[in-house]
Amino acid sequence: MIELVGIRKAFNQGQHNETWALSGIDLTIPAHRVTALKGPSGSGKTTLLTILGCLARPTAGRVRLKGEDISGLPERFLTEIRRQTFGFIFQQFNLVRGLSAIENVILPAYPTGRPRKALLEKAEALLADVNLAHRRNARVEWLSGGEQQRVAICRALINDPEILIADEPTANLDSQLAKEFLAILEKLADAGRTIILTSHDPLVVEAALVDRLVTLRDGRIVETVDKPERRIRRAAS
Amino acid sequence: MRTWIEKQKHLIDFTLASLMRRKAKNLGLLFIYTLLVFVLASAALYTHALRQEAQKALAGSPEIVLQRLIAGRHDLIPPGYIEKIGRIRGVQKIEGRLWGYYYDSVVKANYTFMAPRDMQIERGEIIVGPALERSRGLAAGNGISFRAYTGELFTFIVADVLPQSSELVSADLVLMNEEDFRAFFKIPPGYYNDIALSVANPQEVRNVAIKLLTALPDSRPILRDEVLRTYASIFDWREGIMLTLLAAAILAFGIFAWEKAAGLSAEEKREIGILKAIGWETGDVIKMKFWEGLLISLTAFLVGYLAAYLHVFYFSASLFEPVLKGWAVLYPRFTLPPHIDGLQVATLFFFTVVPYTAAVLTPIWRAATTDPDTVMRA
Repeated sequence: MIELVGIRKAFNQGQHNETWALSGIDLTIPAHRVTALKGPSGSGKTTLLTILGCLARPTAGRVRLKGEDISGLPERFLTEIRRQTFGFIFQQFNLVRGLSAIENVILPAYPTGRPRKALLEKAEALLADVNLAHRRNARVEWLSGGEQQRVAICRALINDPEILIADEPTANLDSQLAKEFLAILEKLADAGRTIILTSHDPLVVEAALVDRLVTLRDGRIVETVDKPERRIRRAAS
Repeated sequence: MRTWIEKQKHLIDFTLASLMRRKAKNLGLLFIYTLLVFVLASAALYTHALRQEAQKALAGSPEIVLQRLIAGRHDLIPPGYIEKIGRIRGVQKIEGRLWGYYYDSVVKANYTFMAPRDMQIERGEIIVGPALERSRGLAAGNGISFRAYTGELFTFIVADVLPQSSELVSADLVLMNEEDFRAFFKIPPGYYNDIALSVANPQEVRNVAIKLLTALPDSRPILRDEVLRTYASIFDWREGIMLTLLAAAILAFGIFAWEKAAGLSAEEKREIGILKAIGWETGDVIKMKFWEGLLISLTAFLVGYLAAYLHVFYFSASLFEPVLKGWAVLYPRFTLPPHIDGLQVATLFFFTVVPYTAAVLTPIWRAATTDPDTVMRA
């Protein structure tokens, strides 16, 4: 679904503090599968995720989405692809303070110009799916960490994206909440969504729902492990 | 088109929510902004309306007023001058006028005494302006005494009070019979304070003035156009004083607005980053902030202008009265007829709404064009 060829990414290029976060990544992200990127801090996980999610452009190399080269597209088109194809769950949740949970959920859909009524209906349904319907009008800063993350999940799904991207999703959650999050993710994976996540939390990278595990170090892929299909794994367990 | 409208509605919704989230800051800004528009609009509306009124009042005045000068000072017109003017071509009507100032020590104010030609006033009677009616508590039928400069006491009966509508020019007026006037100021018959001349052809006014100067070298013709220009410059000058006094306030507002607009808070920058990361285009963010700037400045403009309109036309500009209305002790009390000048509104709009909206956009544009991936690294 996404194909990366020879991806390199530099920060502060040409300056004395030039750093190469990625040094030649070749990777394929299969559709309808859960791919986890793991590695120590500074290994390039988040940088790779921003390139996969069209949040940043590579310094060198090609990004192909469904066979189409998107690495040279202007920002405007990248934004549109990002909005239509990807849903993001950030480590810090990145909800807009002062707005209610439901207002936060419908924010990514504003540029689409869909009628407000339809957006609210969809947001209600998403919040109900994650057992948060009763908190729809609560301001997000009043919600617990777990609740905030569930709002962030609903926000990522409002535009019905094919691919869900999560950056260190359990970093701010305790084990119980992390398990609950993985359960939600599993449901989404079973529904056919492609999921890409980064983590160095063993609970996530060793979770049964992960189909492909990519290990990074110093901006390079050091190992790729493909697991058998999920239903086969489930049957085996 | 429908999608576009829905999108704008969403952006406005979000803008309103944003404004409400930073209520204290935005209400403070709105208040100061509205106050500034109010003051500027009040000054502009007031001086403009005054100018209009003065113009209207002077429309009926003579084209030329002729004074006589001795040693550069205004002196009485002696007999024979009117006859000499009568021979100048183009002069339609000549009228010797009698008027003077009288200081009333009771209310410590100057009155203008006049003997009108076009009004029949009986001997021993006077007609007074509305300001006198108030300051001396006069009404028709009352008696009032004035001590002349000779020391002699004159008593008059108030026959009538001039209507309020003419108060701008008649507030301190005392009209009396010609013989009473001459007796009060000891002006001998045949002498006048000045001469009013009507000239039929406006193109001829300057020529007539030149002819007057040739025929009567000790005279000074004053043209109506010059008076109008003087009035205009007096009002401009007063407006200038007001604006100078306000300059500090305007500057303070400028700094405040710039600071608010230019100095995006970390929270606002974070929000812009989030919006971009979740699929808002740079253009959407800028449009949203444009709506925010426009809503604040437009509200301030409308509320400020409306308040200024009410202040000037319904409350007689009571806040600026001392600066704007003049040096007379007896302030005229009057309500100006509402008058709005399109160009003036447009100018005020341009100098208040446009700079603020533009000032808001520059830093937003800078923040909105940053890479969306920064939010991942927060």
